[in-house]
Amino acid sequence: MMSNPATTPLIEVENLAVRLNTSRGPAQAVRGVSFSLKRGETLGLVGESGCGKSVTALSLMGLLPDSAVVSGSIRLDGSELVGLSDADYCRLRGNRISMIFQEPMTALNPMHTIGHQVAEPLRRHKKYAAAQARKEAIALLDRVGLPDAAKRIDAYPHQFSGGQRQRITIAMALACEPDLLIADEPTTALDVTIQGQILDLIADLVEERGMSMILISHDLGVIAENVQRMMVMYGGTVVESGPTDEVFRRMGHPYTQGLFRARPRLGARKGTRLKTISGTVPELADLPAGCAFGDRCPLVEDRCRAALPPMIEVGPGHDVRCLRTDVSMADHVGALSA
Amino acid sequence: MSVFVLRRLLTLLATLIGASLIIFLVLDALPGNAAQMLMGADASPDAVRALTVKLGLDQPLAIRYLQWIKGLLSGDLGNSYVYGTPVAGLIAERLVLTIPLAIMSMLITVVLALSAGIYTAANHNKLGDVGVMSLTQVGLALPNFWFAILLILLFSVRLQWLSAGGFAGWDDGAWPGIKSLLLPAISLAVVQAAILARVTRSAVLEVLREDFVRTARAKGLGKREVLWSHVLRNAMIPVMTVMGLQFANLLAGTIVIENVFYLPGLGRLIFQSIANRDLIVVRNCVMLLAAMVVIVNFVVDVLYAFIDPRIKVHDL
Amino acid sequence: MSAPLAAPLDAPVAARPLPARTFWRRALRHRSFVVGGVLSLLVLASALSSLVWTPWSPYEIDIAAKLKPPSAAHWLGTDSFGRDIVSLLLAGARSTILVGIIAVSIGLTFGVCLGLIASARRGWTEEIIMRFSDFTFAFPAVLSAIMLAAVVGPGMVTSIVAIGIFQIPTLTRLTRGSANAIWAREFVLAARVAGKGSFRITIEHVLPNILSILIVQATIQFALAILAEAALSYLGLGTQPPQPSWGRMLNDAQTLLFQSPMLAVYPGAAIAIAVLGLNLLGDGLRDLLDPRLARER
Repeated sequence: MMSNPATTPLIEVENLAVRLNTSRGPAQAVRGVSFSLKRGETLGLVGESGCGKSVTALSLMGLLPDSAVVSGSIRLDGSELVGLSDADYCRLRGNRISMIFQEPMTALNPMHTIGHQVAEPLRRHKKYAAAQARKEAIALLDRVGLPDAAKRIDAYPHQFSGGQRQRITIAMALACEPDLLIADEPTTALDVTIQGQILDLIADLVEERGMSMILISHDLGVIAENVQRMMVMYGGTVVESGPTDEVFRRMGHPYTQGLFRARPRLGARKGTRLKTISGTVPELADLPAGCAFGDRCPLVEDRCRAALPPMIEVGPGHDVRCLRTDVSMADHVGALSA
Repeated sequence: MSVFVLRRLLTLLATLIGASLIIFLVLDALPGNAAQMLMGADASPDAVRALTVKLGLDQPLAIRYLQWIKGLLSGDLGNSYVYGTPVAGLIAERLVLTIPLAIMSMLITVVLALSAGIYTAANHNKLGDVGVMSLTQVGLALPNFWFAILLILLFSVRLQWLSAGGFAGWDDGAWPGIKSLLLPAISLAVVQAAILARVTRSAVLEVLREDFVRTARAKGLGKREVLWSHVLRNAMIPVMTVMGLQFANLLAGTIVIENVFYLPGLGRLIFQSIANRDLIVVRNCVMLLAAMVVIVNFVVDVLYAFIDPRIKVHDL
Repeated sequence: MSAPLAAPLDAPVAARPLPARTFWRRALRHRSFVVGGVLSLLVLASALSSLVWTPWSPYEIDIAAKLKPPSAAHWLGTDSFGRDIVSLLLAGARSTILVGIIAVSIGLTFGVCLGLIASARRGWTEEIIMRFSDFTFAFPAVLSAIMLAAVVGPGMVTSIVAIGIFQIPTLTRLTRGSANAIWAREFVLAARVAGKGSFRITIEHVLPNILSILIVQATIQFALAILAEAALSYLGLGTQPPQPSWGRMLNDAQTLLFQSPMLAVYPGAAIAIAVLGLNLLGDGLRDLLDPRLARER
């Protein structure tokens, strides 16, 4: 039954599309997203808010609202997850696939002790007895660097700082040694000084346990340092994907280039204006036909608006959804030329 | 925690003193002379004066207030102007009916409201939700004493299952007493339950939108498990607040409902005393009702601290 | 007797009022607003029409025609004194609405003023006002009416005052909660920086912004007042005979449950229709005046 882990990807997503019912009508939040992830591999999802990266993550978790319509295919070790019953999905969540969320301040239940919450997946999936689960929870909290874990296990979430809470949610996600960890903007809500520590902790744990990871961020710097491969999303589609080094060396999509130019930099000369991408992110409820970035793109042509451009290979494993890579890649915008 | 309870205790005391002052001033200071009211307008002045002295009503206001408070604390509430028997005894006789009635209807309220509220929230926007919510909308509009009359029409007049009124007492065991309080308790409960069900529903829906619910689901808990182990405890805080507030209305409701079913409870006692101009009984009954309301709300406040771990730290 | 809970304790801030035409276009498509509005208008129309016309006089006693079943002459029959039920119901609407309007006005006047003062002054003033309203909660309308009736005797004035007092704390809390939210907004800060006093800010900025919340709540309070009035007149503490009132009619009917059960149905249904109408109207107004307030109610 189990296929050979060496050849079969851990996660294989094919032509994933998600339609959500929003207050402004149905919206195609994700369309035509495909990727696969091997065991131990790390993938970054980048894009502005509303680009579909969190929806992609939630559809992997099977946690989209009931009204969402998911089509395409998501396979975990070869078995299909789209259309799986909630009871079956419950056996995977927190066990084989785990997720860390953006807001550590609200992600923990204020009414339960942290020990209870960390032990919950162990009791559920591994059927640990209370004492055993508690011991394991202390070990986990120790591992994620929560000071005095044994003493503070019966404390409540409000007694911890944001960074400590994020460590607790990480311990919770790792409890059952999942194959895949999804981290959705795990440091966005934290102080800058804490962000690095938490990212390092996640990276160490991923390596130590041989997990695969999908890291979601709007911050290109975070992506550059933490994942092997990356996908840039815009308007619900993947606009560029490839090995992180390769993408940063030769950015192919005008949107990726825009994101890169728009990031604030230390040491920039005083008076240099921060570059921005003109225009605003389109509403998912009324996306333009053709390239979603068309209305903001400096290189847009009529044919860009005719139909969604295909993914074009521009380097080894490096694909770009753009018809004008001949121009966009001619002047080599990327980390090397910046 | 102790500081929290102490602070609430002080508020409780202040509220009780305030309530007793208002009750005393309204009932004893405004009407002039209770003896005059008792004997009627055409009584001879001498007789009124004699009664005034006899009842101790010639003392200054402050002295009488302090005497009353002293009596309240020692359990001696004085004698009824009309019956001459101790007021405490009169009230105690009636409480064996009113307290079980209040408890029964509170229980029915909670059971009905929580099950309806949780059911509708779990089936948000589905047919069952819309149906039950429309029912509560109707429930909100029913005067409880009219609902009581409708129950009497159905169960006593048509089906003849239960008596239309009166109280069997507790002498022949619990069942006859409970049976005679059943319709009164239901009619009190249904209207209250309609309100509480709506509060429960929106509290549960509010919590269901919280991030930690998604976290719990991401751990592999099913929808139902999340509801029971993570949502309800959080949703109980607003629900309990409303339950505490409802208790005041419940007691007021017993006064009305006791009159519908001719039950010899505290409510009837108050009415008879008003008719008899027995102000000392009215004063003590009203004080008792107000104190019960205030104390129940105090208990609810303290219970928060047990339910919500955050209160101990933040509300010091 | 409903609880004073319809009020959210700390209501969010009202949205900018809609232009009248948009409001009516949306309103006429809103189901509970339309149903509630029609029922409320029905009750109001009954009350107004009874001032000039009722099928029979609600005061005219005709023992010979007592307890008649419905007929062409008496659509819903007659009561134990031979009075026409339809006429009594119409005239009863009058007492109910009169008591409701005056009591809610008392509640609004005191509640809104106290709430605005608490919000504008803060500190000790706020503490005292809020503690006071906390403990007024301990006296439901029936209890205050009992005390008043014991002292000044039962009657319409007694029930108006008792219900009015009972309305004050809910409205105080609501007003203070929503006013506090306005005081925290930038445009109020701007007005303070511009040197406007707290009285002017309250009148110019706070009050207009909480008006829609107050209108919604006043509708709900009106419904509560009708329930309270019915209970008090049922108990004999409120409107006194021969002045017709729905509560009183129920009390009379209760002694005749075995002979004429329907006499106990009509007045109760009238109360329920009036309350249901106002509640639905309030819900509808809440949705229409401020979608953010509507949420999951």
